[in-house]
Amino acid sequence: MTVMNMIQAINSAHHVMMEADDNVVALGEDVGYFGGVFRATEGLQRKYGRSRVFDTPISEGGIMGVAIGMATYGLRPVAEIQFADYIYPGFDQIVSEAARIRYRTAGEWCVPLTIRSPYGGGIFGGQTHSQSPEALFAHIAGITTVIPSNPYDAKGLLISAIESNDPVVFFEPKRIYNGPFDGFFDRPVTPWAKHVASEVPDGHYTVPIGKAQVVREGEALTVVAYGTMVHVVLAAVEAAGIDAEVIDLRTIVPVDIETIEESVKKTGRCAIVHEATRTAGFGAELAALVQERCFYHLEAPVQRATGWDTPYPHSLEWAYFPGPIRLGTAFKKALED
Amino acid sequence: MASKTDRRNRPARGGPPGPPDQASVRGANRTRLSLHVPEPDGRPGDEPDFSKLVIPAAGSVARPDISAAAADTHPLCFTLVRVLDEDGQAVGPWDPRLDAETLKRMLKDMMTVRAFDERMFRAQRQGKTSFYMKSLGEEAVAVAAAYALDGEDMCFPTYRQQGLLVARGYPMVEMMNQIYSNRGDRLKGRQLPVMYSDKKKGFFSISGNLATQYPQAVGWAMGSAVKGDSRIAAAWIGDGSTAEGDFHSAVLFAGIYRAPVILNVVNNQWAISSFSGIAGGELTTFAARAVGYGIAGLRVDGNDPLAVYAATQWAADRARSNLGPTLIEMFTYRVEGHSTSDDPSAYRPQGAGKKWPLGDPIERLKAHLVSLGEWDDGRHEELAKEVDTEVRAAQKEAEKLGTLVASTIDFPQDVSTMFEDVFEEMPWHLKEQQAQMIAELEAKKK
Repeated sequence: MTVMNMIQAINSAHHVMMEADDNVVALGEDVGYFGGVFRATEGLQRKYGRSRVFDTPISEGGIMGVAIGMATYGLRPVAEIQFADYIYPGFDQIVSEAARIRYRTAGEWCVPLTIRSPYGGGIFGGQTHSQSPEALFAHIAGITTVIPSNPYDAKGLLISAIESNDPVVFFEPKRIYNGPFDGFFDRPVTPWAKHVASEVPDGHYTVPIGKAQVVREGEALTVVAYGTMVHVVLAAVEAAGIDAEVIDLRTIVPVDIETIEESVKKTGRCAIVHEATRTAGFGAELAALVQERCFYHLEAPVQRATGWDTPYPHSLEWAYFPGPIRLGTAFKKALED
Repeated sequence: MASKTDRRNRPARGGPPGPPDQASVRGANRTRLSLHVPEPDGRPGDEPDFSKLVIPAAGSVARPDISAAAADTHPLCFTLVRVLDEDGQAVGPWDPRLDAETLKRMLKDMMTVRAFDERMFRAQRQGKTSFYMKSLGEEAVAVAAAYALDGEDMCFPTYRQQGLLVARGYPMVEMMNQIYSNRGDRLKGRQLPVMYSDKKKGFFSISGNLATQYPQAVGWAMGSAVKGDSRIAAAWIGDGSTAEGDFHSAVLFAGIYRAPVILNVVNNQWAISSFSGIAGGELTTFAARAVGYGIAGLRVDGNDPLAVYAATQWAADRARSNLGPTLIEMFTYRVEGHSTSDDPSAYRPQGAGKKWPLGDPIERLKAHLVSLGEWDDGRHEELAKEVDTEVRAAQKEAEKLGTLVASTIDFPQDVSTMFEDVFEEMPWHLKEQQAQMIAELEAKKK
């Protein structure tokens, strides 16, 4: 066990997998010699050599196309897209190719590709370093989308992603790389070291894809969240003194419907929280699933607390971000008779 | 005055955006700008006109050593590597000196592709399938390349390289099963006809999205290099699809990492109804893209099977020696429509294909074999019959397993397979949808 932050845990997952399997390679902009702009791949090139860990040109379409080709050869590429905001030039390769090659070849070929990308806001990144595009990927048949919320899960889920024989989009909430941000931006950051999930095994272990985690048990309200928002939700329910059950989805597709269903049937109330824009966000899918499955258990309409339907504004970031007040409003509505 | 004009040029805040009023444009005494939109040299009703083509004599282009600097190949991007002359003689330094038996097999494969195309085109017209794409006139581009590659090299083709499968001895019945989406279709009826896939034959799944296979081929080749393998990759793309961003990324990455890959551009002059000028073909050659990326480039008479073979072999040897990629423009002509859904008489002169100055690849190889004293009309006719019989026999065999069925109840495949292979393991939401669909079909049957 070592105390790790998210970056160190992600870096450790790379080391474990590259050590265990010669077919694992890492590529992306600034990923090689420098070790990535967030340092997630630090030390890998030195240890495993340039042919397994290398820098790519600024060409997300190229990174995706080439990584898919490597995967069809039989490698297990871990491709970094430096910011999720830059993933769109590679979108066609992900949607039309990576997601469908297994299907269109009736299983003859598969694409064991992990697409890692720092995502989300709260870092004064402006509209081009803050987006949360997970719903775009959740909508694609054949793509698994994973979003960890702490170092332990990040490492275990990344190892699961690399071991998966299907393409996995792995979004890393960059706001919590160094500490579990609770939504109170004006307070000092709490380092991961004080969080139980910073205790990370040094070796190989997995956290299963498609399994959520109940991070707080409660009776009055089910709150479904993922990534950074898990910590914001936890702080908000504590502040409001709500006996909420908080579910960290960890994987959004395939979503762990059993855990959600069980909880909502128990509490009879549900609020969904994400940082991404609201309309057709993943919260819409969750709300639909909850009403389809738990309608007769619901005491109040399902609520959503999300980012606004605007581009992510630079200086107005904390008016955009779904912080404690927006969450509190949603919880209150969900708790009305 | 000036400030007033400036204001008028700008749309009012909240007002409609749009071009400024011509009369008030500053510098109105300058030449009026005009937009150039390329037009081909003939449209329906015109005589086909290929007078602008510059065709060097066969044998006139030098053959650099495979270890030549990329720049030394660049003059070859502006000419045409040709081996077979007008009399069917193989001439010059690119003559691959293939033995007569190999040439005869190559001839048979090209004739097989043509006969196969003919039968399947007709099958589509008979309603046995939804769609088909012929490669008439372009058979050499795929067949001769397959001969120059190793059987284990991985091909990333477009939908017009069926010749690769035929040349690699892939059973025609399998191809037809795919075209018919019948019970024997290995792809379980999931893919549009002709979008074949066969890993063992080194034939990567055809996407249908254009150009996506190009960077994938580069990635596959990079994988082969990472693992110290000896296999190389070869990719094909059309002249039209070189306009996609994937073309740029592929050539860029191939050059940077010296990927062992052959990047073919099949310039058949037409992208559905758009002539190659709409993809930049008026400005320079497609082979010349190699110059800007600093990789080796060749421009080849794609209707000359020996030139295609020789260029592919050159590029394959170079790639296998860790000397990097080669971009090869295969200069050819799409004699037929883009697909069964296309009618070229609506946008180009009638009979253009027959007037293509570089001739027909089958006729040219036949003439070569005749000139060698290895072939004559009688044998050719006999071979044509043999090929036709084989294609018909395969078709009969395939049709035993059914042809495309348009039904809302009865399907050639087990319908539940629709949900397989989306993921390696079927998640709960697909299982639910699968059960719902099966219930739906049962309700319909009642």
